Amino acid sequence: MSHTLPVRLSDTDIEEFGREIDRIAEEVRADLGPRDERYIRRLISIQRGLALGGRIVIFASLAFTPAWGHALVSWPLFLALISLGTLALGTAKILENMEIGHNILHGQWDWMRDPEIQSATWEWDSVCPSDQWKHSHNVMHHTWTNVLGRDRDIGYAMLRVNDEMRWHPVYLIQPFSAVLMALFFEWFIALHDLEINRLLAGVKDRAVARQQWRGIRRKAGRQALKDYVLWPLMAGPFFLYVCAANFVANAIRNVWSFVIIFCGHFPAGVHVFTIAQINGETRARWYVRQLLGSCNIDGGRLFHVLSGNLSHQIEHHLFPDLPSNRYPQVAPRVRALCERYGLPYNTGSLSHQFGSTMWKILRLSLPTAAPGGQLVTMK
Amino acid sequence: MFADQPIATPRVDPRSLRGRLVGVATLFATPLRPSHYLELINPLWTTHSLRARVEAVCDETRDARTLTLRPGRGWRPHRAGQFVRLGVSVGGVRHTRTYSISSSPDRGDGCITVTVKTVAGGRVSPFLVGELRPGSYLSISTPAGDFVLPDARPVRPLFLTAGSGITPVMSMLRTYRLRGTMPDVVHVHYAPLPHDVIFKDELQDMAAQEPRYRLRSVYTRELGRSHFDREQLESLCPDWRERDVWACGPQALLDAVERHWDAAGLGERLHIERFQAPRAALSSDATGGTVSFAGSGRRVEADGRTPLLRVAEDAGLNPAHGCRMGICHSCDVSLLKGRVRDLRTGALVEAEGQKVQICVCAAAGSVELAL
Repeated sequence: MSHTLPVRLSDTDIEEFGREIDRIAEEVRADLGPRDERYIRRLISIQRGLALGGRIVIFASLAFTPAWGHALVSWPLFLALISLGTLALGTAKILENMEIGHNILHGQWDWMRDPEIQSATWEWDSVCPSDQWKHSHNVMHHTWTNVLGRDRDIGYAMLRVNDEMRWHPVYLIQPFSAVLMALFFEWFIALHDLEINRLLAGVKDRAVARQQWRGIRRKAGRQALKDYVLWPLMAGPFFLYVCAANFVANAIRNVWSFVIIFCGHFPAGVHVFTIAQINGETRARWYVRQLLGSCNIDGGRLFHVLSGNLSHQIEHHLFPDLPSNRYPQVAPRVRALCERYGLPYNTGSLSHQFGSTMWKILRLSLPTAAPGGQLVTMK
Repeated sequence: MFADQPIATPRVDPRSLRGRLVGVATLFATPLRPSHYLELINPLWTTHSLRARVEAVCDETRDARTLTLRPGRGWRPHRAGQFVRLGVSVGGVRHTRTYSISSSPDRGDGCITVTVKTVAGGRVSPFLVGELRPGSYLSISTPAGDFVLPDARPVRPLFLTAGSGITPVMSMLRTYRLRGTMPDVVHVHYAPLPHDVIFKDELQDMAAQEPRYRLRSVYTRELGRSHFDREQLESLCPDWRERDVWACGPQALLDAVERHWDAAGLGERLHIERFQAPRAALSSDATGGTVSFAGSGRRVEADGRTPLLRVAEDAGLNPAHGCRMGICHSCDVSLLKGRVRDLRTGALVEAEGQKVQICVCAAAGSVELAL
């Protein structure tokens, strides 16, 4: 059956496009080797060194609090050092969450057959259990990308991010809930696969939810114990300083990942789809849906690494299990291919992409008309 | 026998006081372990995986090299004749292979040696022999295997070795030498030509210094010399019936030795160490077919002689495996459709719906595996 995607291409053109995308993936896969292995191993070493170093600097800064009364104490020096340590720890958490954890759990590095750098066994430094995230992300989000009524990543079942979503008074507070979500993003992700809205509606299996809840409690419990009890306790009377530093480090990671991830599928110009539109979807049409539903962010090499190469959201959605260090290499080819086929390639600066996302969240908190009158109530 | 040993890290009882303290210490690093951070300083300090540092490499012959390895924490000393599983990254991908330890456990410097001979068409041995540099790290298992000398009773060994099969026996001989307890040993070693003998100088030195060690070298490419047979054995070691035998080498030698000792009714005095699964001669109608992997949806063509484990690896899959010889059953996979051929016996295996050992089975026609 003919496609109903919002592109001016025939069915044969789309299939040819799909074949060309396949060819790019095959070429890169055949080229994977020691260079890539060195990349991920070095990155992991740097991240762990940064995390440990950050915690050490936080502790070292405590020696400069005025409470000690020696010659070098000063509030500015203490604050500068603890901020440095917190920033280092926050950056380490960003690297672990995005360029390392997210990509390993996608199976991007399974080809190395390393017993630890494996999607099957890697547990990432987040309150969200790896196995539950793999389900909600790899299975649900990447299969049903941007399909209204199926992809629960659209607004994370909390925010209205498209005109096609039916308005409800609860969305009035979404500018504030968005800020809350940003600060505590890892907690929202932890609860994402629990599908609380479906649980409350009585649609979700309670036994499954109970088991998931146990897993979340265990993982989140250990993470919270580490950052908010154990490490602060090591500082004795300076418990609160370390607690605050760790909270800020987590918040840095939460806000940064929130910004990058929201720029992936919500900026202006991104497409959403109905279930009817994916009827009879071939692999090539799946590629086109991934392309139309994803947005890139322009930036330099360091920015790409810090964003977990999700600045290449399009390439990530086309090739989710290709090692992320290859996305920058592949992006120009994908972009040129899209130009040749007259397909859109949504990219822009961080301020542009995030600005349009924030504007959408503000605008859609109020009732708006849906284009074409199609409205979907989010389940 | 060759049951694959997982990396054995010293396990602390979680309920003991020490265990509880270790548990709390781990929470500081969760979801990692403190060992992951120790790794940044010295990979030999890790407890979550056992590593070895390559201290030195030494070329023994044109295609054999001895690696001197220093194992990290969690290593326990081996018994002469045992082997280890080495894990190494070749072309970005991790492979594991087992090698006999050629050094004596009494060496005293905390190192072991492993002597690797290049296997034609192999993936790992050319890398270990040609490219591995001192200062790099490998992962290593704790030692395993029961190709060892008995502890208690005295023996009069007959060693039958060929090529790289000399490695476990070398560990035994070096141990005798270090302890000064060399028994009445007859060592028959087969090699194509004199310069192909691994440890040639050391063996000659041993033969000269230790009167009770009698080395009988057989150079199979020299005129008039043959491979193992009964007359040769009688002439080289007339009292073979009274000796305990340790044999290690290529399949042809070991099969011949096994047949000979079984025929003489002395099978229980024979200890054999195989480096590869014994292969039966396949008839010409052993054809392969299409191998489908149900889990990943991949399909490849295979001949009837390549083990399915290798076929899967060449197709980019990563099946679990252990000894790669048909003993440990780590590679068991459900055969969904078709028949396979057990390469050890050459027989067809009708096991549709059951598990097959893919390291020793090849496709007999088209098959579908649950991989």
